[in-house]
Amino acid sequence: MAEHAAVIGIGQTDFDAKRVDVSQVGLIREAAERALADAELDWKDIDAVVIGKAPDMFEGVMMPELFLAEALGGVGKPMLRVHTAGSVGGSTAIVAASLVQSGVHERVLTVAYEKQSESNAMWALSIKMPFTPTMVAGAGGFFAPLIRGYMERSGAPEDTGIRVALKDRLNALKNPVAHLKLPDVTFEMIQNSPMLWDPIRYLETCPSSDGACALVIGNEKHGRAASRPAAWIHATNMKTEPTMFAGRDQVMPKAGLECSEELYKKAGITDPRKEIDCAEIYVPFSWFEPMWMENLHFAPINEGWKMTYEGATALDGDLPVNMSGGVLSTNAIGASGMVRFAEAAMQVRGQAGDHQIDGARKALGHAYGGGSQYFSMWIVADQPMQ
Amino acid sequence: MRDVAVIAYAQTPYVRTERVRNEVEMLMPIIDEVVKKAGIPRQEIGFTCSGSTDYLAGQSFSFVMAVDAVGAWPPIMESHVEMDGAWALYEAWIKIQCGEVDSALIFSFGRSSMGETAETMTLQTDPYTMAPLGPDAISMAALQARCGLDAGLFSERDMAEVAARNRRNALTNPEAQLAGEFDVEALLAAPYRVSPLRDHDCPPVTDGAAAMVIAAADVARDVSDKPVWIRGIDHRLDSHQLGSRDLTKSPSTRLAGERAGVSPGKIDIAELHAPFSHQEIILKNALGLDDDVRINPSGGALAANPIMSAGLARIGEASRQISGGAASRAVAHATSGPCLQQNLVCVLEG
Repeated sequence: MAEHAAVIGIGQTDFDAKRVDVSQVGLIREAAERALADAELDWKDIDAVVIGKAPDMFEGVMMPELFLAEALGGVGKPMLRVHTAGSVGGSTAIVAASLVQSGVHERVLTVAYEKQSESNAMWALSIKMPFTPTMVAGAGGFFAPLIRGYMERSGAPEDTGIRVALKDRLNALKNPVAHLKLPDVTFEMIQNSPMLWDPIRYLETCPSSDGACALVIGNEKHGRAASRPAAWIHATNMKTEPTMFAGRDQVMPKAGLECSEELYKKAGITDPRKEIDCAEIYVPFSWFEPMWMENLHFAPINEGWKMTYEGATALDGDLPVNMSGGVLSTNAIGASGMVRFAEAAMQVRGQAGDHQIDGARKALGHAYGGGSQYFSMWIVADQPMQ
Repeated sequence: MRDVAVIAYAQTPYVRTERVRNEVEMLMPIIDEVVKKAGIPRQEIGFTCSGSTDYLAGQSFSFVMAVDAVGAWPPIMESHVEMDGAWALYEAWIKIQCGEVDSALIFSFGRSSMGETAETMTLQTDPYTMAPLGPDAISMAALQARCGLDAGLFSERDMAEVAARNRRNALTNPEAQLAGEFDVEALLAAPYRVSPLRDHDCPPVTDGAAAMVIAAADVARDVSDKPVWIRGIDHRLDSHQLGSRDLTKSPSTRLAGERAGVSPGKIDIAELHAPFSHQEIILKNALGLDDDVRINPSGGALAANPIMSAGLARIGEASRQISGGAASRAVAHATSGPCLQQNLVCVLEG
């Protein structure tokens, strides 16, 4: 990298099923103002703005960044709009980081959001196209067979997913901005919740949320001058592979395996399980925790479930995963990737409150999208990379 | 800053309706062509970035299928902007500036024929205060033209002359959609489409795609006899609210032009992304271009307006003029949003 870059401000909205108190403008403004306040900066201090969100049809506005520009102080500034499917929140943060790492800008504001209550995501994903079979099944219908495939390959116990969901739902109770909070959640409550897409139960899926996440990313000068600790970006990576072709391993996609392998190499990490203190990863359905543990090289192939089962991924485990409560508790789709990246940064800045991991110095943020085919990741730490 | 050059460019023939091929089938031949021209093996191109919008395809995640046109196996480092391909070029240029990669493939695509483009663009306006009023793209451009006429900045004859020149220029561009000799008097005798715009002031509806390969200096010099250097690239944005803007000016274009380094130095040609005739005049003023600058030798967006590719095409066409020896320094411009809201300026040299 030409320049070091660091997260110097983080802001998240309160997440809810319907944020009827704000428009899209008010929503992104809430996240951006919180990030600027955290960074102790004003709108005039920002050189460029990067917006990310999932499909425009989720709100019914074509290229909404154009009408949102003013609310983000974008007039007269460069503004980019990123869209890489479900990984977009992560990719957006990576593009914002690259504007600083390239030396082109000193301080960049990036915001990712979704206001699902203004449209209907299920409709937006189910439009009938000519000559194309429709899959009116939602994301759960797409991913359930992949989970079934994983269960058969790995021989993981049937209740692994329930254990992931219980952990994440308990973690969410410690996160003041999380959307779905079930104070009396139990193993049995999850087990007895309706089966939506076998083997995915209702309480093993993510909610639909309204919300936004914002980051201020600064160069080395601003990272060192920041009054609150900075989260230094050690490495970023993105990888893509096609949705379908004969022989593609959709359960354990090569794009994810290679993306994390290259990421660790860039960050100088040789033993990720040992060197990374905690990981916030994209788990929209509970079973994706063990699957991604393997895809991220934290566990040998077919053994990721053991980490969940043995409590390694719990807040007091050796590799806490989804300290925030994860996507299972909060899913404003376009924002979800950036929330993962933000949580990793909050951990190494020591600002995660009740879900803080003591002594977290190096953390992974991860997002994926499409048919398990788009991946974006970063490693952040409490010190600049040597 | 690392020196970065355009080393290959290709585009589809621009047509009113692409009846046979879908987006992937439109892209495959030009991506193949541009990679071959670049002389860099596909797997060695470090980064891929595309630009498109779901609202032309009428389908969420429409860019995902386009990955099939790239040959993303083994997996590739790839990104996408919901913007014209010119901004995909910008993201790729930034990636090269980071030192992470030395080359990049950029592409963009769109089939405007799938819907009613002017009305689809209404959905690009503020959903709370503007879209309910139903302003379509042509009506908004007409407001802008009226402002310019009222301010005495140009006449309807000036606008017709812009249209006639662009479509005359397009006669030498085999990929253009609308080309021909048009008599200005005859054009002015035609009825208004949306006053003060006549048909000739408006862009055609176009299906098309474009692709480009760029590379950092060491790679570019290695593989290309005539790299076209990106000397400056910058983009800026104006307010979305038409009522709070002076529509006769384009401050974001002026600023982007200054930052990209349009002056000092002689500009031989300019490729300006002006879908409406009067917008070329506004852009020319904003960039401070002299009267001897040849504007839109390709015919510009009045000869073919492949939405999401028309901006990248301006940069591609300008690079062709330079690599073909017709110019040594050029400015290329891309726009997005109602009435030139967002603008990118790129300065190219041989």
